Amino acid sequence: MPLSILPWLALALAGAVAWGTIALHRGETVSAAWLILAAVGTYLVAYRFYSRFLATRVFGLDDRRATPAERLENGRDFVPTAKWVLFGHHFAAIAGAGPLVGPVLAAQFGYLPGTIWIVFGVVLAGAVQDFIILFGSMRRDGRSLGQMARDEIGPFTGTLTMAAILAIMVILLAVLALVVVNALRDSPWGVFTIACTIPIAILMGFWMRVIRPGRTIEASLIGLTLLLLALVAGRWVATSPVLAPAFTLSATALAGWLMAYGFVASVLPVWMLLAPRDYLSTFMKIGTILLLAIGIMLVLPPLRLPAVTRFVDGTGPVFAGKLFPFCFITIACGAISGFHALVSSGTTPKMLRRESDARLIGYGGMVMESFVAVMAMCAAAVLDPGVYFAVNAPLATLGGSVESAAQVIRGWGFAVTPEQMRALAHSVGETTVLARTGGAPSLAIGMAHIFSRAFGDGLTPLWYHFAILFEALFILTTLDAGTRVGRFMLQDLAGHAWKPMARTSWYPSAILSSALVVGAWGYFLRQGVLDPLGGINSLWPLFGISNQLLAAVALCVGTTILIKAGKARYAWVTLGPLAWLLAVTLTAGWQKIFADDPRLGFLSHARTVAAQMAAGTLDPAKGARLVFNDRLDAVVAAIFMTVTVVLVAACVREWALILTRRKVPVAREAPFVETAYAS
Amino acid sequence: MRADAAGGRAPAEWLRGAHAALRRMLGMPDYTAHVAHLRARHPDRPVPTEREFCEEYLRTRYGNGPTRCC
Repeated sequence: MPLSILPWLALALAGAVAWGTIALHRGETVSAAWLILAAVGTYLVAYRFYSRFLATRVFGLDDRRATPAERLENGRDFVPTAKWVLFGHHFAAIAGAGPLVGPVLAAQFGYLPGTIWIVFGVVLAGAVQDFIILFGSMRRDGRSLGQMARDEIGPFTGTLTMAAILAIMVILLAVLALVVVNALRDSPWGVFTIACTIPIAILMGFWMRVIRPGRTIEASLIGLTLLLLALVAGRWVATSPVLAPAFTLSATALAGWLMAYGFVASVLPVWMLLAPRDYLSTFMKIGTILLLAIGIMLVLPPLRLPAVTRFVDGTGPVFAGKLFPFCFITIACGAISGFHALVSSGTTPKMLRRESDARLIGYGGMVMESFVAVMAMCAAAVLDPGVYFAVNAPLATLGGSVESAAQVIRGWGFAVTPEQMRALAHSVGETTVLARTGGAPSLAIGMAHIFSRAFGDGLTPLWYHFAILFEALFILTTLDAGTRVGRFMLQDLAGHAWKPMARTSWYPSAILSSALVVGAWGYFLRQGVLDPLGGINSLWPLFGISNQLLAAVALCVGTTILIKAGKARYAWVTLGPLAWLLAVTLTAGWQKIFADDPRLGFLSHARTVAAQMAAGTLDPAKGARLVFNDRLDAVVAAIFMTVTVVLVAACVREWALILTRRKVPVAREAPFVETAYAS
Repeated sequence: MRADAAGGRAPAEWLRGAHAALRRMLGMPDYTAHVAHLRARHPDRPVPTEREFCEEYLRTRYGNGPTRCC
């Protein structure tokens, strides 16, 4: 026993040395290697000790107990699946654009605060949330988060959770669409490649249904080949005098196209567009993440961004607000993400072969996602700080030209020249990379930088557009899948008022509810596109708050499960993260609504706009729209905060009743059945 | 020894295993397994064709709440 502890002690020491190196080399350039080493050291130690503690002491995982996959096996959704295959499946479902975009945005505080939150947030909070929800669902025949909230806490909480999920979807889809708009505006190469994914997906859909039914892998390989061809052809389109103007779209035009796409994709049958896209983006995702990991390991690039920037004081150009709470709102996925609770209570719990596998898949899967977030942070931090801010600050701050941008950025104390910005845009095959707020483009530049150093120079434009394609591809997949899910939820709700609305395949109902969902996120998207502060400034914090709200719900459900199982003495494993999340979300929400700084507070921004209108310096129609949007955003933030407080209060009441023995806890776990598998 | 054992396996078999693993990672169900399950446990129920099975699967997969994260 003492000997087996030795390697872990060495690992813990290596991680500590890495953290120390990062901390002590302030003001000098540090290699990304230290960041990776610190993260991996912390992950492995936490996985070995903390997740084991959770698995054995807190949850009491028991391999003699048959899992739902064994008891309810049907060859369709309940299928016992090998541990590592299921790990791949679960990871592909939880990893999306979130862990890539959040860290890049939070890099405006420097790379250190975000990295600390990503690494420690995941081992103490995010991975615990995913693990406990997976565990709870596994013990309840694979029930969903909403069903568990209803069963364990009450019907009111269950309904509130469902409504919260719908609201979060709307904000999520709007902000992700905004990221795509900012990446693709005035970029014929990018627009052409992304547009090609639609016919490619449709071809795959017909292949899998008509030509060779069920041949998923074969169709995916064909799709991937065509996708790479489209990527290369994009360069030719971008330089063609005829085609380039046709694929050069403004931000508002792109927003319109995205809404049209979301609507059509939600109404078309799943096999035609949505499912093939999903396969395509899964392969792209796993492939690119592996490539990025290899690239970073090979190059071990120096981090040019400072560890901590002056913008921790809240004056940051990418989004307003101080380090606390906004660093912890900006990075949601990658540290803790409420959305994962939906996946952990979705397909994964129905596929676990034995109970102990839940540790690797629930806890380990989330740790892996956190590692992706650390790599995204590295990719952003390899950029010159001047370049990072030129790419990420909004256009209104930078002025329209590279000259004005360079001047503004020099004013912040970071060196960048107009020539440097022009050369950068040229080197990635674009006309401009200024003010492409949203994380995707600066991540793509960082990735292109790493890939060209690792796998050969001269391909930089191709790597840049590959990274853009990779991000846009799965954001669009989220967009169409999300619109469809929103449509089903809405149809279900409307069905209570008028029965025929609940028939999901009835066209009038499908079209009406799809239009409503697209209209909702489209409204916020348009607002973001037209926002003089850059859109990300208002929408990303709203998304962060809503995602953390869902995480708070998941942790409440988790705590209830523990208390009802008589494990109240271990409830701190979820109560600690819950308290932190409440402090973060409620502070951030309050500041977004009431702060005096017009860049931060929605209401004070509305007052500033009203003053400008009164002084006659702003077009009244435009001003009125801005004021309305500010007030709407304030209301949305207030609703999220109210829902959080009400939910937590309902749970605390339930816990108090059980703990003071005024209520008998009812166990909702499926009864014990011994496994037939050999151990 | 282990390398020998792995090398001794037919490449076709290895490829089949990798193929099945990839399909499962995507979340695709196994038609043959489902048919076997129906024959063994519910002999009274009709066996769907592969196409019906795929359609039914896609409907449940994409119609029951979010399956993917942001």
